[in-house]
Amino acid sequence: MIRFDSVSKHYPDGTVAVDSLDLVAPSGQITVFVGPSGCGKTTSLRMINRMIEPTSGSIWLDDQDTSRIATHELRRQIGYVIQHAGLFPHRTIVDNIATVPLLLGWDRNKARARGRELLERVGLPAHFAERYPAQLSGGQQQRVGVARALAADPPVMLMDEPFSAVDPIARDQLQEEFLRLQNELGKTIVFVTHDIDEAIKLGDQVAVLRVGGRLAQLATPAQLLSEPADAFVAAFVGRDRGYRALGFTPVGELATHDEPTIAMGSALTGAEAADGWLLAVDDQGAPQGWLRLADSRPGADTTVTEDLLHRGGTVAGADASLRAVLDACLSSPSGRGVIVDEAGRLAGTVTASEVLALIERRAPADPNPQPVGGGGQ
Amino acid sequence: MIDYYRQNSDQINGWLGWHARLSALPLLFGLLIALPLGWLARRYRWLYPPVVTVAGLLYTIPSLALFILLPGLLKTRILDPTNVVVALTVYTVALLVRVVADALGSVSEDVLQAATAMGYRRLGRLLKVELPIAVPVIAAGLRVAAVSNVSLVSVAALIGVPELGQLFTNGFQLSYQTPILLGILLSVLLALAFDSVIQLVARVLTPWRRAVPR
Ligand SMILES: Nc1ncnc2c1ncn2[C@@H]1O[C@H](COP(=O)(O)OP(=O)(O)OP(=O)(O)O)[C@@H](O)[C@H]1O
Ligand SMILES: [Mg+2]
Repeated sequence: MIRFDSVSKHYPDGTVAVDSLDLVAPSGQITVFVGPSGCGKTTSLRMINRMIEPTSGSIWLDDQDTSRIATHELRRQIGYVIQHAGLFPHRTIVDNIATVPLLLGWDRNKARARGRELLERVGLPAHFAERYPAQLSGGQQQRVGVARALAADPPVMLMDEPFSAVDPIARDQLQEEFLRLQNELGKTIVFVTHDIDEAIKLGDQVAVLRVGGRLAQLATPAQLLSEPADAFVAAFVGRDRGYRALGFTPVGELATHDEPTIAMGSALTGAEAADGWLLAVDDQGAPQGWLRLADSRPGADTTVTEDLLHRGGTVAGADASLRAVLDACLSSPSGRGVIVDEAGRLAGTVTASEVLALIERRAPADPNPQPVGGGGQ
Repeated sequence: MIDYYRQNSDQINGWLGWHARLSALPLLFGLLIALPLGWLARRYRWLYPPVVTVAGLLYTIPSLALFILLPGLLKTRILDPTNVVVALTVYTVALLVRVVADALGSVSEDVLQAATAMGYRRLGRLLKVELPIAVPVIAAGLRVAAVSNVSLVSVAALIGVPELGQLFTNGFQLSYQTPILLGILLSVLLALAFDSVIQLVARVLTPWRRAVPR
C-alpha cells in the first residue's frame, strides 16, 4: 500500500505542482493517475521514490515513512518504467534487465539467469538477450524496460506513460500483456497516463487530477463513467462514456438463437438462410465469417472458401461485457452478433435490439457498480 | 635520411623514447585531472562557463614561456623533464575539461533518470553508466590532445630537453635538411601510433557502438 498524506509540491518558481494530495494506492492493485498535461502526475509519481522531495506532507509505503528510508534503498525496492524506456545503451539487454539484482549484490550468473527469465516473461525471444538496446524497436525496448523494473521482484511499480510512445496496435498489445502479467504478479502499481481510455482499461482505481495538482475524483473506472464528480471530470472522461460504461457490465444470462451454419470447404448446394447471410464454421465449430449467398453462385462446384467470407464482425464470449456483445451485433454484416463459448465454438447469435432490451431491463437495477477493493475515500 | 638515421640511431632512438614518454605521461595525468573537473563543471552548471574560459586561457600560454617559468615555480632544474610533463599536463587538462563535461552532458536525461530511479548512488552512476557512455566523446578529445602533445614536446628542445625536437635544432644549426625531415617523419609516426592506441582502446571499451551501423 502507498499512502499520500496531505502531500504538496511547490517548485521554487512558485508553481504548485501538487496540492495537499490524500490518496491510498492499495496493495496488489493498479492505481492510475490521469489528467491534462501539467496537472502534476509525474511530480506525484516521482515523490513516491523520492526522485522529487515533497514540500510538505508524507508518503508511506505500508507502515514506513519513505522520508526515513535511504533513497537508494527505497528505489531498489520500487520498479520504475518511463516513456522512452531509458535503457542503458552500453549494456546488452540481459545486462540491462539484471541491473537492480546486481545492485542488490546478487551473484552475476544468477542475475543474468533472472534477466533471461524475464525476457521470456515479457514476450521477447531469448536471442535478444545479447543484443544492445539500439537494435530493438521502441515497443520492444519498452518491454525490456518493464522487465528491468520487475527484475528484483519489487512489491511496488511506478510507471510514467510507459506505453504512450508506441503505435496504437503495439500499445494495445502491451496493455493486454501488462494486465496478464499483473494478474500473475499482483504488484502494487501506480500508473501515470494522460489517456483516459488507457486509465479506464488498466486501472483498478483511477485518480483524476486537475491542473494545480488537486485530486478531482478517485473512483473505479465504472464509477468514473457513470458518476463523474463534477463538470471537469465529466468533460475529461469524454462523450461516449455511456457506451464505454457498458464495458464494465457483464452480460450475464443471455438467450441466444440457434444459427444455421455451413462448414468450411463444403459445397454450397442446398444452403439456406432466411436473409441471405450464412455463418461459416470450421470443423471445431468455431465461427470463421459470414457468407453472402448473393455473392456466390450455389452449385455443386462452389465450395465455402476463405475468400468468400466477410470477416468484419467481432465475436463475443459467453462471459463478455454488454459492450462487447453489443459491438458483436453492430459489427456483424448480418446484424446478428456471434456469441461463442469458452472453447471458441459457436453458441448462438443475438440481435442488437435484444441486447438493448437487456440493457434497459438491467439499467435501474445496478446504476452504480461497487468499487473494486478498498482504500481511497 | 636512412644513412643519417643509421649513423645516429642510438641517439635518435633515445630521443624517440623520451618524446613518447613526455607526450604520453601528460595525457594520462591530464585525463585523470580533467575527469573530476569536467564532472564538477557538469554537476554544478554555474561552474561550466568559468571552467571552460579558464581552460581556454591556459591553452593560450605559449609553451616555451611555460617551460621556462615552471622551474622557478616548481623549484626544479631547468633541464628536468618534470617541467615538460607538468606543462603538457596543463595543456591536456585545458583541452579535456570541456570535452569531459560535454561528454557527460551527452548522456540522455532518460538514461540518467532510469539509473537514479533504479537505486544507483552518485558515484556508482558516474562510473557504471555515465562514463562508459561518454567514452567515445572523451576518446575523440584524447586523440586531439595526443597529437597536440607530440607536437608541443618538440618545443622543449629549445631549452635542451632530449627529444625529437633536437633533430630540428641540429638541422637548423647545421643548415642541413635531413635531420629536420627525419624529425617530422618520426613525430608524425609517433602521433599516428598514439592515435591508433587510443582508437583501439575506445573500440574495446564500446562494443555496443559496433552493434549498430551508423
Ligand atoms: N523543475 C520544475 N520547476 C518548476 N516547475 C516545474 C518543474 N517540474 C515541473 N514543473 C511544473 O509542475 C507542474 C506539474 O508538472 P508534471 O511534470 O508533474 O506534470 P504532468 O501531469 O506529468 O504533465 P504531462 O502530462 O505533460 O507529463 C507543471 O506545471 C510543470 O510546469
Ligand atoms: Mg508527466
